[in-house]
Amino acid sequence: MKRHYFHSIRIDEDKCEGRMKCLRICPTQAIRIRKGKAHILEEKCIDCGECITACPGGAIVPLTDPFGELNKFKHTIAIPSPSLYAQFGREILPNKIVAGLKKLGFNEVFDLAYECGEVSFAIQEYLREYKGVRPVIHNACPTIVRLIQVKYPSLIEHISRINIPRELAAREMKKQKSKELGVDEKDIGAFYITPCPVKMISIRQPAEKKKSNLDGAISISDIYGPLLSAMEGIEKGSYRKGLESICILGIGWAISGGMSRTLRLKNSITVSGLNEILKVFDDIEMGKLKHIDFVEAYSCHQGCVGGSLTVENLYVSHNKILKLMETLEYEQIKACPDIREVRKKYAQRYFLREGRLEPRPLKPLDTNLAQAIKKRKDKEMIYESLPKIDCGVCGSPTCQTFAEDVVTGEADITDCIFTLPEKIKNLPAEVTKALSNVVPMDPTKDQKQTAKHMRGGT
Amino acid sequence: MESESGLSERYEIKGGDFSRAGTISTTIKRILQEIGIPPDIITRTAIAAYEAEMNVVMYADEAVVTLNLTPEAIHININDKGPGIVDIDLAMKEGFSTATAKMREMGFGAGMGLPNIKRNADKFMISSVVGKGTTYDIILYLDGKE
Repeated sequence: MKRHYFHSIRIDEDKCEGRMKCLRICPTQAIRIRKGKAHILEEKCIDCGECITACPGGAIVPLTDPFGELNKFKHTIAIPSPSLYAQFGREILPNKIVAGLKKLGFNEVFDLAYECGEVSFAIQEYLREYKGVRPVIHNACPTIVRLIQVKYPSLIEHISRINIPRELAAREMKKQKSKELGVDEKDIGAFYITPCPVKMISIRQPAEKKKSNLDGAISISDIYGPLLSAMEGIEKGSYRKGLESICILGIGWAISGGMSRTLRLKNSITVSGLNEILKVFDDIEMGKLKHIDFVEAYSCHQGCVGGSLTVENLYVSHNKILKLMETLEYEQIKACPDIREVRKKYAQRYFLREGRLEPRPLKPLDTNLAQAIKKRKDKEMIYESLPKIDCGVCGSPTCQTFAEDVVTGEADITDCIFTLPEKIKNLPAEVTKALSNVVPMDPTKDQKQTAKHMRGGT
Repeated sequence: MESESGLSERYEIKGGDFSRAGTISTTIKRILQEIGIPPDIITRTAIAAYEAEMNVVMYADEAVVTLNLTPEAIHININDKGPGIVDIDLAMKEGFSTATAKMREMGFGAGMGLPNIKRNADKFMISSVVGKGTTYDIILYLDGKE
């Protein structure tokens, strides 16, 4: 049975020039170049968005919602990721940003940092009574959840069972507003302001196969310009006033390590960037990190501020969040939820994630075990015959993946440019003679020149 | 011992090479994943292989690891050159360890290695000659047979 995976990333074929930047950067080797255009292999893609940033031609586009979607609802709520607060200059404080969002046409803006604060406390409670396999892996980053489903199915049990703030916020706001305004929950639209494309996908197709409480996601990069204009003319107000409703626990969710830091978790580690995460997950699988309680993991470097749909330089925005946290601490602003209230809600299972996470293991080389073993042997043989320089000209990201594509029938061995001189040898004598001035006939000699020549020639 | 329908891979490990410890079990895990072995068997194999690999790194001089995979079973053979084990029965007891203080400081040597291999493998055979080395045979069945 073929399962269809929905993805938040699309390739614009008209713009794609097959320049291979995406091919090389994809951490799960999910991209192939076929007939000069990039293609995404659905089952391997985890929506991390690395390719969006890497594409020099802007041909890889995230699928987020246009502003117009707001008109479909009677009442609209914006739920901005705390990383939005780090996108503007120092003088633009969270309260002004919230006011700006309202001016853009949302009926309501819910400060997600507050809900992040509640969930921070809930995670603390969860870890306190937790008896399962260690470490618990944070689930706020949907790419991490998908990576585990695809590449580390045995780690699914480690994923935190606490629901994510944006989902809880949308669920509660809809309930509340529907009562207050007397409108159906269906007519209330909750929109997440997102720093990355994968949140879009987690709304359209949650990993737990449940329906999301959110109705869409608008990218920070799309809303940035309009929001900047909307904020013009909004009173700056006092520094303290601009911050007084901001929860320090929640603000930390925008950066890697922010949450563990504010919770003062002793036995936790923080990791960001997919290649680093692969190493940590390998260790967890080996049982090497059993003494760690909690792993805060983000696919983007520095956490959500590093998302591919943000505007500000990620190190600058990372620092802004840190400064914001320091200021809140210094000013002793305590706009966080009451922990006793959180405990009460926790006892009522308010924070528990609904639905089940299932593994999404990659297709094996063959469904028949004996055949799969044979193909794996063939693959190694093919790999040994390849130049192992991962040039990518064949359209697969590495010689390893190319060998795999050959045994699974996705590619042909002759797609490798280095097999070309061999092919020419088999041509009729007169053609070979005519070509001999152009292409070296000995495949072992001058391979690099051949590759260069052929690339330039086609 | 490679058969027609089987796959055979050979790896080498050096004793004391803590920085590369775990790479062989990771490689084996990736191969099994590609082939489509059920995830729970992969996890058990990887843990057993990792523990054996760690034993070599901690105590032996060097070892050759061979993975033999057939549609019937996963067989990992580890042949090390090193001091050997004096009393295997004792070494198989949980909590028994001859690890040095330094190893314990690094988080190793809890005396769970060999018992952990036994727990995760379907069949585990170990033999040793003091002063020569130790041989481990770890087998996990794929056809449901024991």
